[in-house]
Amino acid sequence: MRVPWHGLACIPDAALPIPRVPAAPRFSIPPAATSPPVPSFAPTNPSGAAGSGQAARPLNPSFEMKAAAFTLPVLRLLALDMDAVAEELAARVEQAPGFFRNTPVVVDLGALTEAEDAVDFPQLVGLLRGLGMIPVGVRGGNAEQHQAAQAMELAILADVLKSRARAGSRPAGTETSETEPADSNGAANLSSGVDQTVSLITRPVRSGQRVYAAGGDMTVIAPVSSGADLMADGSIHVYGPLRGRAMAGLRGNKAARIFCSDLQAELVSIAGHYRVSENIPAELRGRQVQIFLDHEVLRIDPL
Amino acid sequence: MARIIVITSGKGGVGKTTTAAAMAMGLAQRGHRTAVVDFDVGLRNLDLIMGCERRVVYDFVNVINGEANLNQALIRDKRCDNLYVLPASQTRDKDALSKEGVGEVLAQLGESYDFVICDSPAGIEHGATMAMYYADDAVVVTNPEVSSVRDSDRMLGILASKSRRAEHDEEPIREHLLLTRYAPERVARGEMLSVADVQEILSLKLLGVVPESQAVLNASNAGVPVILDSESDAGQAYADMVARYLGEEIPMRFLESGKKRLFSRLFGG
Repeated sequence: MRVPWHGLACIPDAALPIPRVPAAPRFSIPPAATSPPVPSFAPTNPSGAAGSGQAARPLNPSFEMKAAAFTLPVLRLLALDMDAVAEELAARVEQAPGFFRNTPVVVDLGALTEAEDAVDFPQLVGLLRGLGMIPVGVRGGNAEQHQAAQAMELAILADVLKSRARAGSRPAGTETSETEPADSNGAANLSSGVDQTVSLITRPVRSGQRVYAAGGDMTVIAPVSSGADLMADGSIHVYGPLRGRAMAGLRGNKAARIFCSDLQAELVSIAGHYRVSENIPAELRGRQVQIFLDHEVLRIDPL
Repeated sequence: MARIIVITSGKGGVGKTTTAAAMAMGLAQRGHRTAVVDFDVGLRNLDLIMGCERRVVYDFVNVINGEANLNQALIRDKRCDNLYVLPASQTRDKDALSKEGVGEVLAQLGESYDFVICDSPAGIEHGATMAMYYADDAVVVTNPEVSSVRDSDRMLGILASKSRRAEHDEEPIREHLLLTRYAPERVARGEMLSVADVQEILSLKLLGVVPESQAVLNASNAGVPVILDSESDAGQAYADMVARYLGEEIPMRFLESGKKRLFSRLFGG
């Protein structure tokens, strides 16, 4: 019942364009949440300078500065042999060219802790650009590697997932392809159709619609049809029949829960632990329930 | 400014064209200037159902391409002066429908008509999305069976997210449910979804229930919108539906098999 939680990998039967990796991969591409630090433009001076801060702001600003989180593919380097990486990557790109074209990519150095040698960033960046990708930054790695990366104008990204002991802690090679089915439509679908910032949904969610509450909870006060997908980084509340899929804790928040007043779902999932309709006990169907993770086990309790 | 009504369903064969013809005729008979536009480019049928197939000179695509003006392409119905038909092209495909072109034609129609009815092709591809893009109202035609209901649900999702009103953040399209080919005796035997079942799944305002009826096929073969067969159950159901659309409160009929048998005995429908 355990499936990887990042990206849309928790959809078990989604059509996945990326084939399985070779037996001994030199890299893997799990999509990962990367939140580049965005400077805050709020007055930070505690000595009561708020007034001067306001005065300095023009009346008709020509831009707004906002923070946003993006899901990017991460190229996790498992070896330093760039020629081997080039060969495997080219083969992979050939299998799903649309997925990689103009895609921003983050290079994860977390698996290279033992390596003494410096990563050949000029060659790597050239390789990625040559295959149509846009290398934007690196994650993990040591100071020398960071310096080399910055020389190639790559950003050093905060390793937000390090605390979850995910990146870098697993021995190289155990991370198999099941962790990387980054549905090439996934990211696009997340943003299409439905406004990401709205987390209260008052109209019926119809078959074929996907609604994603980025970074928070979602409340639906309308029916959710069979064939519709609800996704939230936090919890999901549905006041109405839930006939579609509900995926809470999309980015791995195990404390997320699903609450619904009429459970008829096709699939429910929390942080990647899922159950399909077939495995939901018949006596809970149509009931008011909460769904949560209890020691890595998905539980459905009547309310 | 005309009210633009799209007749849509997702699934094919559920009665969209029959409904478009009947509703257009019903509105026209009540004195509203009405145009009915066939969006099924390449598979045109509306002209047959309206009985004007032998008077088609120019079509919708000709108008979009500027090869004919709108008045040349519109065919006036011989039975009702308020009703005009804009036929689809049979020799083109749906790519001939551009968003701008469709918008221009509908805007022109809007100047001189009260209602413009868009008969959508089946599916959710280009033709169907063009038919619904400019709509103010949608009549979702559904048969009481699961695949039709699911397809209608999908179409409702598209109406709510991909129409002009949705893209411009305006008041959403008003959605109405029309249940067609309803057979009360089969519902009673549990072979067919009931009105309540369909309404529960789609949670939509019910505009009418049209019973399964031989009159529909007869009317199609004769090129007469079934609403003109005022003795048939289907004709009466469509008349009720038009009245409800215009705001009249009329109780639902033809929900019980007993009544249907009575009508069958009386009228042979």
